[in-house]
Amino acid sequence: MLTVDKVGAAYGISPVLTDVTLEVRAGEAVTLLGRNGVGKTTLLRTIAGLHHPTAGRLMFEDADITRMSAHQRARRGIALVPQGRGIFPHLTVEQNLLLGLSALVDRKETSQQMPAYIYEMFPALARMRLRRGGVLSGGEQQQLAIGRALACRPKLLMLDEPTEGIQPSIVQEIARALTRICTELKIAVLLVEQYLDFAWLIADRYYVMQRGRVVTSGSTRSESPDTVAHLLSV
Amino acid sequence: MTELALLLGQAFNGLSVASILLLAALGLALSFGLMGVINMAHGELLMMGGYLTYVVLLVLPHGIGYPVGMIAAFLGTALFGAVLEVSLIRHLYGRPLDTLLATWGVSLVMQQGARSIFGPIGDEVTAPSWLTGSLTVSGGPLAGFDLPFVRLFIIALSAAVLAIIVALIMRTRMGLLVQAVHQDREMAEALGINTRFVDLVVFAIGSGVAGLAGSALALIAPVTPTVGQSYIVYAFLVVILGGLGSLLGTSLAALLVGLFSAGCQIVTSVSTSDVLLLLFVIAFIQIRPRGIVSISSRSLEGS
Repeated sequence: MLTVDKVGAAYGISPVLTDVTLEVRAGEAVTLLGRNGVGKTTLLRTIAGLHHPTAGRLMFEDADITRMSAHQRARRGIALVPQGRGIFPHLTVEQNLLLGLSALVDRKETSQQMPAYIYEMFPALARMRLRRGGVLSGGEQQQLAIGRALACRPKLLMLDEPTEGIQPSIVQEIARALTRICTELKIAVLLVEQYLDFAWLIADRYYVMQRGRVVTSGSTRSESPDTVAHLLSV
Repeated sequence: MTELALLLGQAFNGLSVASILLLAALGLALSFGLMGVINMAHGELLMMGGYLTYVVLLVLPHGIGYPVGMIAAFLGTALFGAVLEVSLIRHLYGRPLDTLLATWGVSLVMQQGARSIFGPIGDEVTAPSWLTGSLTVSGGPLAGFDLPFVRLFIIALSAAVLAIIVALIMRTRMGLLVQAVHQDREMAEALGINTRFVDLVVFAIGSGVAGLAGSALALIAPVTPTVGQSYIVYAFLVVILGGLGSLLGTSLAALLVGLFSAGCQIVTSVSTSDVLLLLFVIAFIQIRPRGIVSISSRSLEGS
């Protein structure tokens, strides 16, 4: 469904990604692993359209999206939960969720409804509907960011370190939600993660990046986390 | 004229100046706050609004002429602003210095254009009959206190424009998009919001409000090709003093600047009070660098 084909990216003149090739198939959960600063976030941003590649091609559902703007990609079904969560701090939880429907503006009015599974998956959001995003805790913001990304019923959900700086009880809740997103809602997931056990719990396949390149990949179902641990330890 | 009437009169003048400044600064606050665009041609949009009103009044000198002129000023400058955004400003996105220079160039072209069409001497717009005259107190402790209808009208107009803009931002779907883009442009784009289109709408509305300000200004002073120049500096002062992108701050700052100038003018000359005003703003910015209303929260501070 998503094909990243020999993509390169740079900040100014310093290259960040070189020849990155990877694939996410429909309904599949894939994790992207690597130490800090190897280009994982840049890759997600490039797929979302927030960063422009210097080389290569991005294909989504048989369409070349390399030159499309970020909002056009969102409207095709690519959703992003960014690092830092990207919650609108002065808007309420409900308004944040409503903005998640923006990707559906081209659709019929009737299909622009908030899906019921969001409040079901994250009951805390229903309780905090009228509170401002900026006053929520980190974990609550993370749930809001995931809920907001799901509002438009995307085909691909990308998450950038969703467990970073979040208390263990909420990490479990997020893990349950992600499992449900994959198995019940059949949304493909591309997960950037430092926390290996969490990644293994969610994903079917993994890619490991080093210095802007994909160095290895494999199946999380048939291999143990130890196979890649040495590539990630500092 | 009694002492009290003089003081009240100055306070009223301050309020009147504040309302004009607010109209002039609102459009700037919108485009500066949302897009970070420093539009040096904003004053000329004001001038354009004034001339549009003047032209409409040439055709329709009586009755509904002035209201029609105001609407024409709003729509005409909004359209011009939209064209300016699409043809120029959008291409200089993220290059503030280039935008500043380019819009300054536009302002020069517009000034010379106005000079070529209307001549360098000011054109008078006669206020409609229902706006001539004033409320005057003739006896008692307030004898001599005088409230011209035109000034009252401008105060009401700017209050109404402010209320409409606030309602648009707080109550409509488009307003929600504007707030989202203002708070986190990248995230808004990633959620599927066409941020360029939001920019365009906001810039057009901001330009339209500038045109409206020019139309109001034409009631109290002749329209000249350089009329915008005399207001743009104050408008920027108001926007900076108010705090970037805060309409509440902009309104408070307009009031503050208006009343401060009027207060100074009781005891000193106009030019000295301008100096005092600048000193005041510089001192204020030292104490509150982000203006009167500064936006802060845990998530804006990098959580």
